[in-house]
Amino acid sequence: MQQQPKTGAGRKGKSADQPELQTGQHVGYRYDVNLLPDYSRLTPFLKRYLEIMGWDDLNWLEDVHLGYEEGRAAIFDRNLNGWVTVPDSIVLPDNQQDRDMLARELLIRFQMSQRNPLVALKDAYDKR
Amino acid sequence: MASLKTRAASDIKGVNAEPLSGRSMQHFFSAAEEESFLYPHAFSVDFNKRAEFDAGDLSTTQINAKIRELMSDGNGTVVVQNPMAKHSLGVGILNRLQLYFEGSLGYFGCGLIDGPNVRIKGRVGWSCGENMLAGTVIIDKNAGSCFGAAIRGGDLVCMGDVGGRTGIDQKGGTIIVGGRTGAFSAFMMQRGRMIVLGDAGNNLGDSMYDGIIYVGGNVESLGVDAVDAEMTDHDVVWLTRKLRNYGLDAPRGIANMRKIVAGKQLWNYDNLEPAEKKIVL
Repeated sequence: MQQQPKTGAGRKGKSADQPELQTGQHVGYRYDVNLLPDYSRLTPFLKRYLEIMGWDDLNWLEDVHLGYEEGRAAIFDRNLNGWVTVPDSIVLPDNQQDRDMLARELLIRFQMSQRNPLVALKDAYDKR
Repeated sequence: MASLKTRAASDIKGVNAEPLSGRSMQHFFSAAEEESFLYPHAFSVDFNKRAEFDAGDLSTTQINAKIRELMSDGNGTVVVQNPMAKHSLGVGILNRLQLYFEGSLGYFGCGLIDGPNVRIKGRVGWSCGENMLAGTVIIDKNAGSCFGAAIRGGDLVCMGDVGGRTGIDQKGGTIIVGGRTGAFSAFMMQRGRMIVLGDAGNNLGDSMYDGIIYVGGNVESLGVDAVDAEMTDHDVVWLTRKLRNYGLDAPRGIANMRKIVAGKQLWNYDNLEPAEKKIVL
């Protein structure tokens, strides 16, 4: 896979801006946003999630890929409209298909966690 | 001016006084979280617990409230009889659920859903599944214009024909059309996949920024910056699996479907010289 210099979301870093400033062109993503999932690489956690939701495939997770934010591996969470950084302790696989499966699993763990920041916001602002 | 005597829940919890600088999602995240597969606020439902009700005399608000009430009682399968083509039914469901509509829906059916599997035994009006986030929606007959407008995730399937501007501003997910689609389908598409098994109207994929369109029939014309791409083995495997899930197949065979992607000429539109803009447009 061709590695592009940076993500579309990580434009704040000075070094990351250089290629775009010099060429006047938007450089693009560091990963293939159109990559279709390889279902032979599903993790046991994801299989269980699909079973519980009653889906035959990854459904919305087909659009989830491992991205990069400010030079670090991260997953975009659409509910928060922000990037969730992958902990350093997790070793990234050497191919995008497996990295994407990892990203999908981590995102579910994060979104469904009782410690998700949206839980506190809902408690505070939910209309009752 | 009278002063407020009550304090908002956000004040009591200290949310408004909390410093925001230096905050990061990383602070909240632990990969060793105990396993959970549902949103923290989701209703705990059982697919084997079934309920149904007659929506004939109910308003849109009453029908949607009834579905929510049944979910809160643990019903994982809900059947709505006589929806009578009312608008905005089955919207905003952020839960796992098997939902059946025994009839047609009006405008904006099943919008903003995150998780449920919906089956509509009839037709739908404009903008079915708009801003859909996750789940599946299957329509047995035809659909109106703007089918899946701004969809962000999930599978939106129409077994029949759909109108124009299908998947306008699509940001993710998969739209599947068993029959034909109208003009300006995938207009301003940004991500996701659209599968049309029949013919497509004029200006397919006009001004698309990213994403993939697969067409099984004839395309009347492509829009600005929509270009043909090569079908790969991986495309065929993925399409076969996806279509099989809904009992569909390409009339001329999946391997013979046409694949259309963004030419990406518009990514740098502002930097183009006037002469170059004329070439693109």
